[in-house]
Amino acid sequence: MNITDLTVHELQEKLKNKELTITDITRAYTDRIKEKDPEVQAFVTILTDEALKQAQEVQAKVESGEITGEFAGIPIGIKDNLCTKGIKTTCASKMLENFVSPYDATVIEKLNKENMIDLGKLNMDEFAMGGSTETSYFAKTKNPWNLNRVPGGSSGGSAAAVAANMVPWALGSDTGGSIRQPSSFCGVVGLKPTYGLVSRYGLVAFASSLDQIGPITKDVTDSAMLLNLIAGYDEKDTTSVNLEKKDYTRALKNDVKGLKIAVPKEFFGEGINEEVKSKLYEAIEKYKELGAEVKEISLDIAQYALATYYIIACAEASSNLGRFDGIRYTYRTPEFKDLKEIYKKTRSEAFGPEVKRRIILGTYVLSSGYYDAYYKKAQQVRTLVTNEFNKVFEKYDVILTPTSPTVAFGIGEKSNNPLEMYLADICTVSVNIAGLPGISIPCGVDSEGMPIGMQLIGNKFCEETILNVAYTYEQATKFRENYRPEFKGGVK
Amino acid sequence: MKVSKEEILHIANLAHLNLKEEEIDTYILHLQDILNFANIVNNAPVENLDITIGANEAKNVFRKDEIKIFEDNEALLQNAINPEQNMFKIPKVL
Repeated sequence: MNITDLTVHELQEKLKNKELTITDITRAYTDRIKEKDPEVQAFVTILTDEALKQAQEVQAKVESGEITGEFAGIPIGIKDNLCTKGIKTTCASKMLENFVSPYDATVIEKLNKENMIDLGKLNMDEFAMGGSTETSYFAKTKNPWNLNRVPGGSSGGSAAAVAANMVPWALGSDTGGSIRQPSSFCGVVGLKPTYGLVSRYGLVAFASSLDQIGPITKDVTDSAMLLNLIAGYDEKDTTSVNLEKKDYTRALKNDVKGLKIAVPKEFFGEGINEEVKSKLYEAIEKYKELGAEVKEISLDIAQYALATYYIIACAEASSNLGRFDGIRYTYRTPEFKDLKEIYKKTRSEAFGPEVKRRIILGTYVLSSGYYDAYYKKAQQVRTLVTNEFNKVFEKYDVILTPTSPTVAFGIGEKSNNPLEMYLADICTVSVNIAGLPGISIPCGVDSEGMPIGMQLIGNKFCEETILNVAYTYEQATKFRENYRPEFKGGVK
Repeated sequence: MKVSKEEILHIANLAHLNLKEEEIDTYILHLQDILNFANIVNNAPVENLDITIGANEAKNVFRKDEIKIFEDNEALLQNAINPEQNMFKIPKVL
C-alpha cells in the first residue's frame, strides 16, 4: 500500500479498520518528505522529530481510549503565514526569519483540538505577494509535475506538497487567488471560502479585507472535511460571521441535474490559452451530460476587478506591513543612529523587491493627490463588481471559469516583469473583491502533461453548492485515477 | 502616468524604505507600468455607486473593554531584539 498516495478519507478508513496505525502514517510522510523535498523544496520548516513523537503520543492515547475523534493522528502541512505557537512563522521573509509566534492562529487551535499532526510549515511567496512562490526569501518551490515550472502562488508550497504526497492535505491562504491558482498549477483541489467563514486570527495579514484561509486537498471530499474543521465564528476576528455550523460533506450529492451554471464569455477571451479553453469546454459538455443547465453569459468585470485588486490589496498591505519596524519581530538592522533609521534600514534590508514594490504602490495610491483617482475609485469599482456578481446569482447557482489563463509557467519566466505576473491573476481576483467562495479542481492536462484547473464560483456562503458541483464532476471524470505528477525535468 | 524621481523618493520615505540609487529607475518603471494599467478603474461605470470598504456588510462589533492578561511573557519577548527587564528596548527617542 502506498500510504502517502491516499486521501484523508481513505486514511481514516484504514485507521478505522486497523490496517494502519497513526505512527505508520506519520512515518510514511516524514520518509516521503525526506525523499522528495530536496527536489521540490515545498517546506520552510520540517517537523520530522516533533511529528513522529506526537504520532506516538496520539497513538497511545487513542489506544487507551483517552482520545477519540476521526481526525486524531491525521497529518497536515501549514502555510508559513499561519501562526503556530513555538514553531517559526516566517512568511517566507528575511523579516520574520526567526519569528516564533507566542500564540496559535484560531485555525491551528482547531486542528490541535483534533490532535492532528503538523508535518511542517510550507513555503510561499514573501508575505503571500506573488503567484509563483519565487519571491520566497528561502527557496523557489518546484512544480511536482515538472520541476522546471513554478507551483503557482502564493500558497505554492502547500499545493506542491499535497501534489507530491508530502502531506495528505494543507492549509493555504487566498487574497487574490493564492489557494486556487497554485492548486490549478499542481493538479489538486483548492477552496477559498466566503470572506468571513473562516477566522483570520493568527493569519499574518496581507490585505485584510480580501484574505481568507482555506483547504488544499487531493479531492473534493477532503476539501469539505477540512472546511468543516476550520469554519466558524471567532470573537477574535470581528469580520468572522456567526452562522449555524454545517457539515459540508453532506452537500456532496453527486448530482447536478437542473443546476444552473453560468459561463461568462469574457473569461474565455483573449489571453486565455487555447488548450486551457478546450479542456474547459470539455468540462462544460460533461456538466451538460450530467444534467446541468449551462448558459453563456456576459460578466465584463475581469479587467476592472484586476486593477481594483492591485490598488486595494497594495493599499492594505502598505498599512498592514507598517508593523515590521525592527522592534518586535526579530530582525533589526545591525547599524543605526536613531529610531527612524532602525525603521528604514530594517525594512529596506529585510523586505524583498516584490514586497517593497507593493508597499510603494500602496503608499502611492493612498497618498495625498492620488487617493481619489485610485483608491476611492477602486472602492467604487468594488461595489460594481459585487453588484454584477449579484445579478448573475439571481439567475444562476454557479459561475464556471478557468482558474488561470495558462498552465504552470517556467521558473524565471515572469519574475522580471511584475505587471505580466499580475495579469495572470485575471480569473481569480474578482472572487476576493466580492468576498465570494471559489474552488479550483483539475479538469485535465495539456499536451505537455501539465494540469489545467477549473474554477467554480458560488454566491456568498454557498460553499455547499460549489463543493457539490465540483464533487459531481470529480466523480464523473476521476482525474486522480488517470494522472499523477511525474517529477519531470529539474537537476537530477 | 509619469512618476518622477522626487516623487518615488517621497513615497519611499513615507513608507519607511530606502531605495538604492540603482533601484530607483526600475521601481519608477514598474510603478508607471502598474499605474497605467490600474488607471482603467477611471473608465469603469461607477457614477453614483457607493464605495465598498469590506467584503461583507460593514457593521460595528462591540465588546466590553476588559483586560485579558497574556501570561506567556517569555513567548512574547523571544522575538524582541536585546530585551531588558522584561521589556522591548528601543534607542532613545527624545
